[in-house]
Amino acid sequence: MQLLLKYRTQAFLLLALLVSFVVSQASDNIDGYVLQIMLVAGINIILAVSLNLVNGHTGQFSLGHAGFMGVGAYMSAAVSVEMGPSILGLLGGPSTLSHGVTFVIALLVGGLCAAVCGWMVGVPSLRLRGDYLAIVTLGFNEIIRVVFQNTSSSGPFGGALGMRGIPDYSTFFWVFGIAAICIYVVASMVNSTYGRGFLAVRDDEVASESMGVNTVRYKVVAFVLGAFFAGLAGGLYAHLFGAIDPKGFGFLKSVDIIIMVILGGMGSTLGVVVAAIGLTTLNEQLRDAEKFRMIVFSILLIVMMIVRPQGLLPVTFEKKRRKSA
Amino acid sequence: MDQFVQQLLNGLFLGAIYALIALGYTMVYGVLRFINFAHGDVFMLGAFGGLYVHKALAPLLNALPWPLALAVVMLASMAICAALGIAIEYFAYRPLRNRPRLNVLITAIGVSLFIEYTGQLVFGATQQPFPAIIPRQNISGLGGLTVTMTQVIVVVVTTALLIGLRYIVMRTRLGLAMRALSLNPTAAALMGVNTSVVISFTFGLGSALAAAGGILYASLYPSVDPFMGIQPGIKAFVAAVLGGIGNIPGAALGGMIIGVVETLVTGYSQKLGIPSGYKEGVAFIILILILLFKPSGLLGKVEREKV
Amino acid sequence: MSSVLELNDVSIQFGGLRAVGGLTFSIQPGELVGLIGPNGAGKTTVFNLITGVYQPTSGSIKFGGVSVPGHKPHQITKLGIARTFQNIRLFSSLSVFDNVRTAKMMHLRHGIAHSLFRGPAFLDEEAMIENEVFDLLDIFDLGKEASTPCKSLCYGDQRRLEIVRALATKPKLLLLDEPAAGMNPTEKEELMHLIQFIKDKFQISVLLVEHDMKVVMGICQRIAVLEYGVKIAEGTPAEIQNNPKVIAAYLGTEDGKGPLDA
Ligand SMILES: Nc1ncnc2c1ncn2[C@@H]1O[C@H](COP(=O)(O)OP(=O)(O)OP(=O)(O)O)[C@@H](O)[C@H]1O
Ligand SMILES: [Mg+2]
Repeated sequence: MQLLLKYRTQAFLLLALLVSFVVSQASDNIDGYVLQIMLVAGINIILAVSLNLVNGHTGQFSLGHAGFMGVGAYMSAAVSVEMGPSILGLLGGPSTLSHGVTFVIALLVGGLCAAVCGWMVGVPSLRLRGDYLAIVTLGFNEIIRVVFQNTSSSGPFGGALGMRGIPDYSTFFWVFGIAAICIYVVASMVNSTYGRGFLAVRDDEVASESMGVNTVRYKVVAFVLGAFFAGLAGGLYAHLFGAIDPKGFGFLKSVDIIIMVILGGMGSTLGVVVAAIGLTTLNEQLRDAEKFRMIVFSILLIVMMIVRPQGLLPVTFEKKRRKSA
Repeated sequence: MDQFVQQLLNGLFLGAIYALIALGYTMVYGVLRFINFAHGDVFMLGAFGGLYVHKALAPLLNALPWPLALAVVMLASMAICAALGIAIEYFAYRPLRNRPRLNVLITAIGVSLFIEYTGQLVFGATQQPFPAIIPRQNISGLGGLTVTMTQVIVVVVTTALLIGLRYIVMRTRLGLAMRALSLNPTAAALMGVNTSVVISFTFGLGSALAAAGGILYASLYPSVDPFMGIQPGIKAFVAAVLGGIGNIPGAALGGMIIGVVETLVTGYSQKLGIPSGYKEGVAFIILILILLFKPSGLLGKVEREKV
Repeated sequence: MSSVLELNDVSIQFGGLRAVGGLTFSIQPGELVGLIGPNGAGKTTVFNLITGVYQPTSGSIKFGGVSVPGHKPHQITKLGIARTFQNIRLFSSLSVFDNVRTAKMMHLRHGIAHSLFRGPAFLDEEAMIENEVFDLLDIFDLGKEASTPCKSLCYGDQRRLEIVRALATKPKLLLLDEPAAGMNPTEKEELMHLIQFIKDKFQISVLLVEHDMKVVMGICQRIAVLEYGVKIAEGTPAEIQNNPKVIAAYLGTEDGKGPLDA
């Protein structure tokens, strides 16, 4: 019992993984449409929580998260489409195991490629602040989109038409397992002495440096880790819908993720998770009124900024009291 | 050689329009230190304003000689957009005065999306032709060069507006107040400058210039759609940063440079081996390079944080 | 004994303005030195030079034999220099506890991987840090405020918290930039005791920038005076009080009544 209390964070993670596995096994009983919305919500949770690490906790306002998602989606899809058959062959034909291994490899490749892009964006970010950084990350997002858009239409990425026929590996287990890991990583990192550095960097860079905090390192870590999870989310997305195209990873998608972070409260992991679920549902409701969707979202953005910029669920302070004595 | 001169000229005409838009970014940045992300959309509204004013007043305008008709359409649309710009500032940005600049940027993104998608609802998503208010004819007698009447008008109008703007900023009380505000907002307020009025005025002025740019652009590339402001908006923003954001002559210079570079790159892209599809990324690449290597721009001055 | 900090002919130029010119001075171990001068004399700039926020245009700065310029500010903090800021720069969204805890980051033996794995070593280290932070907070009577958002502390407490935060980096040299600013006479009195207490308890050197002459004259062993970035005098409080150049410098800016009479 003592042990469980001491390692409760890890226990929660295991529990979450277990639950996702069990639900996944029973997912045939869930209505297909509902299941799909749940999976989209899970992917959005990953996107929002990872963007929150960069924007909320570290205070480096990035407008390009969808770009990293796109890199992950394209790269992982390329792996499972182009190399999938040979991996399956090596593992003795299609089976749950060989599909799983292929998927893990694909996701990791996507995540790592996105992380490299995150590094490439993070490094210039060291010299930029605030709104300029935001515009530059938006620029990177557009550049990534333009690059995919201009690939050869007969090549693996399919140019403007994108890719299709990606195997549907994204099950409940994978989506929510990775979402749980993402939440665990961000939350446990931020809730440690090491991780308070992200918040310090956000609040005051000069003071952080004077406290011995290597602000450069923290910013790069935030960008790389945030991009890695966005890449995983992209991989899950590609293997959920089976088809992707460059437009899906443009500026508007980045704005979608930003709205989740802002609504949930910058720096509040719980808030952002709730917002991701809420907005995914709202998005579904508005599917029949596509014309109004962006109008509603843009009004939401403006009103939030004016009325409640700290988000619906602002960060609370952890109670600290001396343990011994 | 002739072809090069021709491209250069075309670039200058386009650049003149970018300069008009860039001025709005730079003036707002000068007084409020924030990037008005929705400025490109005001440019779009200016073009639509021109279209609808022309439609509404068609019988009257057809009776007038075309330069007069153009002046009526342009002034009407500029007035409408000035009012819209002031309204946007009043409803969306003013409540955020003294909040972190990023919050204002986020709001501005919201405003931008709101204008675009409301525009889509109201105007329709498809492109619409823009009327030929300026006769579509070539000016002859320039050797091998082709210059259209529209291009001449672009230069004339831009020059006139720039001179007018310079007069307002340098010679009027409001212009003086604008400059004071951009140098030191606190001191300006203490010296009795009515900050709110000056800010409204700046938004109105910038939006009017964007509207003029919108009509000229729509005359040059004769069609309009609700998303037409995005690309020119980004390019004009890059122009403002290139010139040194907050610096008015810088914005004009930056606009010209971006216009020329874009036209030359497009014109020679095949020779350079760049797929033309990369065009949309070029502005951002230039922006990133400026911000990394000369963030103060060509004419701007360095701002250092005091500790 | 060799000096803790040595500045040799240090200058810095901001465009056309020479904010500090040819400054030479040193601090000995365990010494409490004052740095005074009229507004804009360059005192804060000297702090920024010592802590690596600015790079000197010329001259050398040595801390414990190590050349400071060229190091990043966080590296200089690791060498053992800590500072407070003239305009309080606490981490405004963090609690009192976390503000002090940030100083412990650079002493961490376990980095990012451990904060993810959260094994026994990590938990032990976190518990140890917590104890250290509370020890420090208790010394300054801030222990009961540990969970308070630092923004809601009163002004004097915020200034003290900044000092505590700087001390948590375990410095050998502490730079205080106008710690008495905005304090009332009682608080100033307390502050004087506090600074002396810190110097003795933690066995460190202190460089104090302060406009309040009563504070400076009351506790500093030695005082250097800057005017327009140039050192115009240096000596004991008594010497400084009677130095004609210093009096002229202050009289030039004050309205007849010398602050040195304080
Ligand atoms: N980053 C900077 N860029 C340009 N000038 C600067 C910068 N930092 C300081 N200065 C100038 O250097 C001079 C010295 O400033 P400094 O802040 O060091 O004075 P100070 O002695 O601390 O004054 P005070 O008592 O008012 O705090 C001033 O004229 C100031 O304007
Ligand atoms: Mg100072």
